[in-house]
Amino acid sequence: MSELFNTLSYYFTYPFVRYAMIVGLLIALCSSLLGVTLVLKRFSFIGDGLSHVAFGAMAVAAVVGVTNNMLIILPVTVISAILLLRSGQNTKIKGDAAVAMISVGALAIGYLLINLFSKSANIAGDVCSTLFGSTSILTLTVSEVWLCIGISAVVIAVFLLFYNKIFAVTFDENFSKATGIRANAYNLMIAVITALIIVLAMNLVGSLLISALIIFPALSAMRVFKSFRSVIICSAVISVFCAALGIILSILFSTPVGSTIVAADIVVFFVFSLIGRIKS
Amino acid sequence: MSVQLKCEKAVLGYDNNVVSEQIDFSVSRGDYLCVLGENGAGKSTLMKTLLGLTPLMGGSITFCGDMAQNEIGYLPQQTQVQRDFPASVREIVQSGCLNRCGLRPFYNREEKEMARSAMEKLGITDLAKSCYRELSGGQQQRVLLARALCATRKMLLLDEPVTGLDPKAAREMYELTAKLNREEQVTILMISHDINAITYATHILQIGKTQQFFGTKDEYLKSRIGQAFLCNFGEEGSSDVGTL
Repeated sequence: MSELFNTLSYYFTYPFVRYAMIVGLLIALCSSLLGVTLVLKRFSFIGDGLSHVAFGAMAVAAVVGVTNNMLIILPVTVISAILLLRSGQNTKIKGDAAVAMISVGALAIGYLLINLFSKSANIAGDVCSTLFGSTSILTLTVSEVWLCIGISAVVIAVFLLFYNKIFAVTFDENFSKATGIRANAYNLMIAVITALIIVLAMNLVGSLLISALIIFPALSAMRVFKSFRSVIICSAVISVFCAALGIILSILFSTPVGSTIVAADIVVFFVFSLIGRIKS
Repeated sequence: MSVQLKCEKAVLGYDNNVVSEQIDFSVSRGDYLCVLGENGAGKSTLMKTLLGLTPLMGGSITFCGDMAQNEIGYLPQQTQVQRDFPASVREIVQSGCLNRCGLRPFYNREEKEMARSAMEKLGITDLAKSCYRELSGGQQQRVLLARALCATRKMLLLDEPVTGLDPKAAREMYELTAKLNREEQVTILMISHDINAITYATHILQIGKTQQFFGTKDEYLKSRIGQAFLCNFGEEGSSDVGTL
């Protein structure tokens, strides 16, 4: 046991491990806050869809040869998020189909572009690391860490300031609109911060596993808690706990960071389902 | 009797499809208007247009005196999302006060007090901490009614409020709205295809492709169209017309 502890404290003397921990916890916290709203709005798959869009955008950036690929990824993802979430119930192609269409489409185009134009020797490796979370979480620079801290602070601040509005708009959009709440503006805001979180989270768990960060903590919390506030708080706690646990375990046993975090989330989900079953 | 809402030659519809036209009626403070019509007759479209969720396609809808469009309290039909939404009764009722907050992020004491008194009026004070999705259909409707009361004291719009309720809960719902109408002078607009809904109504509006009737309940009961409508229900045996 003390040996494990020694290994851990040894690793934490390296700044890049500390950066990974900070970024991981912040992303986990932000995604869990939004997760409750997205799950309740029946947009569980938005994370998946948008991250594939981000993957496609990343491929375009690589082909065009932009050095800072965030310049392409961020706006493209934000615009897709707005298009998907804005449409709501009143479109010809319904929510789930629209998400599926954009998600698969972006994935295919992205992979196609990389294959056709990439100059890299290891295409399969590149693709795999963007899809399943690369080691890039361990190669963060100080400026990337600050960017992450900044965006997380914005997301958390927006969430706290508009908490009651987000609740009302999620629970009953029509009622909110009818009583003069600008529901469309708040939906837009939710879409934009969702996109921000997803672009950030791609570094951590990769495109394919982002949905897990968004939905598992929310679903676990909903098994047990019964008011909106307690569900939000619980889901934030679960998410941060699982991220910390996942990162520590992945360091100790040299497992992939993203999938270890998601595995921890899955275990917690089953524990909470059991507690919920017993309570009722 | 001050007029709150005037609807003149209104054309209702959505996505460029006209559902009903030539709709003319007015509502005064303290009225209890029951909107009748077959399924698909445009009742829901009328409601959405009044709330400003669907644009008016022609004619005019005017809010008069101290009434404004966003001061209609609205009791919607339940959506799938709400049935498994984790929220306490208090959280939902308080969200009715949100339009008073503006940009202020949290509720102040006055708004919390409003929510408390609305819950008291509807007899759900002891449910404040309960989970919405675990309540019975009748209790859920009371919660939504309390929320609507927080949003306004002037006019309530109820969309098929007794759908899915058992007869006892439905009767309680009607009595509750009648009580709010009588004691708090809240104007009631109720959309229904349940004939029992007109028990407490003062005015009736019946719509189809065009407007078929608008007037007081007594006129309606005497009119040919009213009797035809009631007769229809009598044949189906779905309700007791005798109590009207």
